[in-house]
Amino acid sequence: MYPHTHHQTNQPILDVSHLTIRYKGRVALENVTFHLHEGERVAVVGPNGAGKSTLFKVVSGVLQPTSGDVKIFGTRPTKHVCIGYIPQRSQVDWNFPVSVADVVMMGRSAKLGPFNFPHKRDWEFVNHALETVEISNLASRQISQLSGGQQQRMFIARALAQEAELMLMDEPLTGLDTPAQEGILTLLDRLKQEKVTVMVATHDLDQAASHFDRIMLLNHKMIAFGEPQNVLQTKNLIRAYGGRMKVDSHGGILVDDGCDDGEHDHAH
Amino acid sequence: MTVVMMESMTTLTNFLLQPLQYEFMERGMIAAVLVGIICAVVGTFVILRGMAFFGDALAHTILPGIALGYLVSGGARDQLFWWALGTAIVASLGIGAISKNSQIKEDTSIGIIFAGMFALGIALISTVRSYAVDLSHFLFGDVLSVSTHSLWLILLFGGIVLLVIFAFYKEFTTISFDPVLAATLRLPVDLLNNLLLVLIAVTVAVSLQTVGVALMVAMLVTPAATAYLLTHRLSKMMLLAAVFASLSGVIGLYLSYYLSIASGAAIVLTATFFFVVAFGWRRVRQK
Repeated sequence: MYPHTHHQTNQPILDVSHLTIRYKGRVALENVTFHLHEGERVAVVGPNGAGKSTLFKVVSGVLQPTSGDVKIFGTRPTKHVCIGYIPQRSQVDWNFPVSVADVVMMGRSAKLGPFNFPHKRDWEFVNHALETVEISNLASRQISQLSGGQQQRMFIARALAQEAELMLMDEPLTGLDTPAQEGILTLLDRLKQEKVTVMVATHDLDQAASHFDRIMLLNHKMIAFGEPQNVLQTKNLIRAYGGRMKVDSHGGILVDDGCDDGEHDHAH
Repeated sequence: MTVVMMESMTTLTNFLLQPLQYEFMERGMIAAVLVGIICAVVGTFVILRGMAFFGDALAHTILPGIALGYLVSGGARDQLFWWALGTAIVASLGIGAISKNSQIKEDTSIGIIFAGMFALGIALISTVRSYAVDLSHFLFGDVLSVSTHSLWLILLFGGIVLLVIFAFYKEFTTISFDPVLAATLRLPVDLLNNLLLVLIAVTVAVSLQTVGVALMVAMLVTPAATAYLLTHRLSKMMLLAAVFASLSGVIGLYLSYYLSIASGAAIVLTATFFFVVAFGWRRVRQK
């Protein structure tokens, strides 16, 4: 069997203390400390290159911290299989010859162990996951035939089939149209009932404020972490975004976070 | 049936059976089909992971090993397999390590090593008087000289390769599609990557006599790429690739026999023909 670790239920689902990461010769994260409560939804915001993806990779155990500690239910992440990492859609080979159900089944690989092929129970997990994200009808489609929103739902289903308790989503809303974004956000609300803890990297401060329990403002260091109204204050935003921010005529704040699509995010 | 039909049936049967009266043709056919199937299945992962250049480089890199074996054994062909196998495994893991820790770009460092090793191989072989003929066999294959002993080695090692792929099918699929997912599922990603490199190495060694060093990449890549154009499922892609590869082997050998062209080249040209047809068919269908 592949390594597994049992959870100490009296410990927080995620506890990060004094985390520092040097990655490719640069300091990506410096002295970051926070912990999450089970079932909460946290938006991680900050300019491009602020270390959001790096944070997710350390939390999921794919990268090792240079110093400091990451604990999942009390132990290092490297043996936990309860962390679902949902990649940016641009980093996926959509022409890979697999169907939606195949991809969701990949989430079962760890539980199956080597030399095993999917059992009836695994297919039940996959089917249930596809139902939860409402794409059961697309199970046998090749993945290139999905819309952006459906692609994102497929990855959420894969994390569900993996029985993930902590989902890390790297910019799941980028490039989606508004209805698709709303669909994903509604789905995240529903995951709360399934006791799944969610961390979402996003550029949209409005959505972060309206759909998430807490917001983490990050720019290599932790700028602020807490409830939206406490975090999205001008002094914090200036510290996070620096010169890439203007106050518009209505007193709202315009943030140019260096997105490729040149979009501007608003916070009021 | 009319007499004409009977006659043309007999002609066709003769056409197909005549080459097979030679045992070397029979052995060549079996070798070409076996090698085709092994290369096609392994090649599926090679093209999905974008490792065509790695496969080409690996095949060329083993030339000095074969040359050394050739010099040491005084030209005995049957021992060359082991030299090829040993060199291929060392070279594959070596190239794998280089591409991970390289200071300069991966394809550059692979290119330097592969050309250097290839030159070393040619230099070694050139010390022998009959070097032109032998070198061309290593470069382009000589499937008609496959011995029964070699055939058993192909079957044994090819069988092992297919079995390992079958056993780790879901793991190889997962690390190829999404390495980060594989890491968060705590699959032994480095171990699996190296295992795949070794499988490619064994495949190269097994295919050496059939297509040779220089045409190896075609057997790894072309049938798999043809199948990739025609299906959206990985398992079907492997199956289709195996069909195209074995057909290319058989048809290629008939072409080689009747047109008197080099066997390795005939096999690769047939595989390329299938690819071009599949490519055209897809273009037409998409319009």
